[in-house]
Amino acid sequence: MSSNGFRHGVHPPERKELTAAVPVRRMPFPEQVVLPLRQHAGKPAVPLVQRGDRVERGDKVAAADGYMSVPMHASAAGIVTGIDWVPHPDGSMVEAVHIAVERHSAQLPRPRLVPEWESLAGDDVARAVQEAGVVGLGGAAFPAHVKMAPPKDTTVEILIVNGAECEPYLTADHRVMVEYPERVHFGTRIMMRALGVGRAVIGVESNKPDAVEALRATIPSDLDISVESLTVKYPQGAEKMLIHAITGREVPSGKLPVHVGAIVQNVGTVAAIAEVFETGLPLIERIVTVTGRGVNRPSNLIVPVGTRLRDVLDFCGGLNESAAEIVFGGPMMGMVQADLDTPLTKGTTGIVVLTHEETSARATLPCIRCGRCVDACPVFLMPQQLGALAQLGRYEDMQQWNLADCMLCGSCSYVCPSNIPLSQMFALSKAALRRPKAKVA
Amino acid sequence: MNTSPTPATAPFHADTPRLELTASPHVHAPDSTVRIMWTVVISLLPIVAASVFFFGISALLIIGAAVAGALATERLTGPRNAVRDGSAVITGLLLGLILPAGMPIWMPFIGGAVAIGFGKVIFGGLGQNVFNPALVGRAFLQAAFPAAITTWPAMGGGLFDLRGDNFALPLMSGNAPDVITEATPLGLMKFEGTGTDLMSLLVGNTGGSLGETSALLILVCGAYLAWKRYLDWRVPVSIFATVALLSGVLWQIDSERYANPLFMLFSGGLVLGAVYMATDMVTSPVTRAGAWIFGAGIGALVVLIRTWGGLPEGVMYAILLMNALVPFINRFTRPRVFGTPARRNA
Repeated sequence: MSSNGFRHGVHPPERKELTAAVPVRRMPFPEQVVLPLRQHAGKPAVPLVQRGDRVERGDKVAAADGYMSVPMHASAAGIVTGIDWVPHPDGSMVEAVHIAVERHSAQLPRPRLVPEWESLAGDDVARAVQEAGVVGLGGAAFPAHVKMAPPKDTTVEILIVNGAECEPYLTADHRVMVEYPERVHFGTRIMMRALGVGRAVIGVESNKPDAVEALRATIPSDLDISVESLTVKYPQGAEKMLIHAITGREVPSGKLPVHVGAIVQNVGTVAAIAEVFETGLPLIERIVTVTGRGVNRPSNLIVPVGTRLRDVLDFCGGLNESAAEIVFGGPMMGMVQADLDTPLTKGTTGIVVLTHEETSARATLPCIRCGRCVDACPVFLMPQQLGALAQLGRYEDMQQWNLADCMLCGSCSYVCPSNIPLSQMFALSKAALRRPKAKVA
Repeated sequence: MNTSPTPATAPFHADTPRLELTASPHVHAPDSTVRIMWTVVISLLPIVAASVFFFGISALLIIGAAVAGALATERLTGPRNAVRDGSAVITGLLLGLILPAGMPIWMPFIGGAVAIGFGKVIFGGLGQNVFNPALVGRAFLQAAFPAAITTWPAMGGGLFDLRGDNFALPLMSGNAPDVITEATPLGLMKFEGTGTDLMSLLVGNTGGSLGETSALLILVCGAYLAWKRYLDWRVPVSIFATVALLSGVLWQIDSERYANPLFMLFSGGLVLGAVYMATDMVTSPVTRAGAWIFGAGIGALVVLIRTWGGLPEGVMYAILLMNALVPFINRFTRPRVFGTPARRNA
């Protein structure tokens, strides 16, 4: 065991007090939901409906395209009004199924779209999770079933449930742990059985003592689950940092967590897996933290997937004058939004409305080699060196300085006194290296 | 719904404020380079005040001329608005503080210009220079005006008494035979073999450059910056430890020939150099291990030059030499990347 933390990292103001104690409540159905076909890491789903079709809440509207893909389900009953391009939260455009939500509908789904889990054999559990469209709800939206069926030549020794929620502002996972601890344990049970692993640890940053307490008080007596309180530091919730904090092991560069015997799943995802089997409904809604000093009523909401940003903000009392920037996800790694018609996807952990004083929109100065980025990088890179190379376009040389190990956590940019957008430069450098090289004629 | 044709500048949603679009992370730590620079300037003001206390109005003239030279050069040759970041003010202040009070002020002005022009702008401006600009300026002055820069006016005298021919015309060295000079403690040690008592060194009641006389005050100001995390305490600690260790060994061997460690620590430019010059972020290593090595190198060179070199003082050359090694130190102390077996040397 290590000291429940990791070296380096940063301490951005937590600002979780806005919503940490606000119970989760359900948002009313909007007039329209927009379901992007690409809401997960992997191949986009293939639409199964067309304009004019009537769908019930929970009906499949798009099918998974292969193993690294998940289907999409209607998050509200209504009429399909078309399949059209909409802004994606990541800034690109994406095809989406538009559904005009039926007014005054009871929104009752068909009974049990997801089978009972007790009757399922190991691999069938993962298959049912895929069919239910479950993805990682921590932000990356990695298909959840893939983590339930690790490569055959590996052994999983420990399941780590990620309840760190180290991003400032976000409290969705916190509320899940406080309000639905049994569901977290139930989901952990399903994961443990699917993986055939005997031990699970739920890692929670120590700034959420009520979550730790609620989880500890409800551990099922027949399972080896422990809840560990972790150092409050960003990026504690990064997979590699979390595994290091809990097992003391370092995931080798370029390898997956399973190479050190660990599988990490976000606590919200684990609860979602439990929920789909409990209710028989696929993943069609999620808990979202709507927060920041620019929004009038900060809340933790259950939001139907595909609800447009505009509708969520309206329900939370709208924006106030100090609103300057809207981010999907946390302020450290989240994605900035330019269009209020952007739909929330399965991967949207929160909507953070930042004020101008908080945002990083300010002048950039030259690097003064203060070394703060070096002291901040949780994987021990030398960001100032990488940044200098990136500015020269020397992407190949950046690989010698371990660009591949950068997880784009943003700690270097956060501390840089010259406000150099280091992590953005690294994201672009990685993209440049992925581009196929132009053939020399 | 808006039916009239919308001008291109209209927001997409009438009741939406203008939204900012920045890359992640969308929040930022409060510190900025400009704030760091101006805080260093403020931390130097007590040392400037002390120099005025010890050397009167001449100190202000020398320092002012160095700052003016630095700022004028930054303004003329540097990027637009570069003077606002405060770094040229630091260079000017530091250069002024390592000069004697009696120089004609056109010399520090030229020194400030050389410090910025050849110490910084020529390398590409802020953050690009290899050598500490203030020390480049001082090295230039030492080469150009060896007599003026080693004429040390004595302590004492009224606030408005000039300590030399400060107003000599440009390119004239001026002559001020009526000014009383005295040797610096290091000069006394080197050439006459006499020591200076520790209390005088600490308080600063000795001959020497403007700002390097009161060791105690420099340490207090440096401690403030270290507490603000605007300077890396490892560098001065490493320098002091190395100097104390090496000079302590020498002193143990022959206390007649070699200076005692406390004298070595608190005399000359060591404290100012260790606290303010060696810790210049641009010209010191970025890694923590590198800071220790860098400091140890400076400490060893100082003892070497002072003990066996031809000059009484060696801090300037020690720092400049180690500045040149910083890229190698950074490379050598590159940390082991998370999840990799051992350091891959680039």
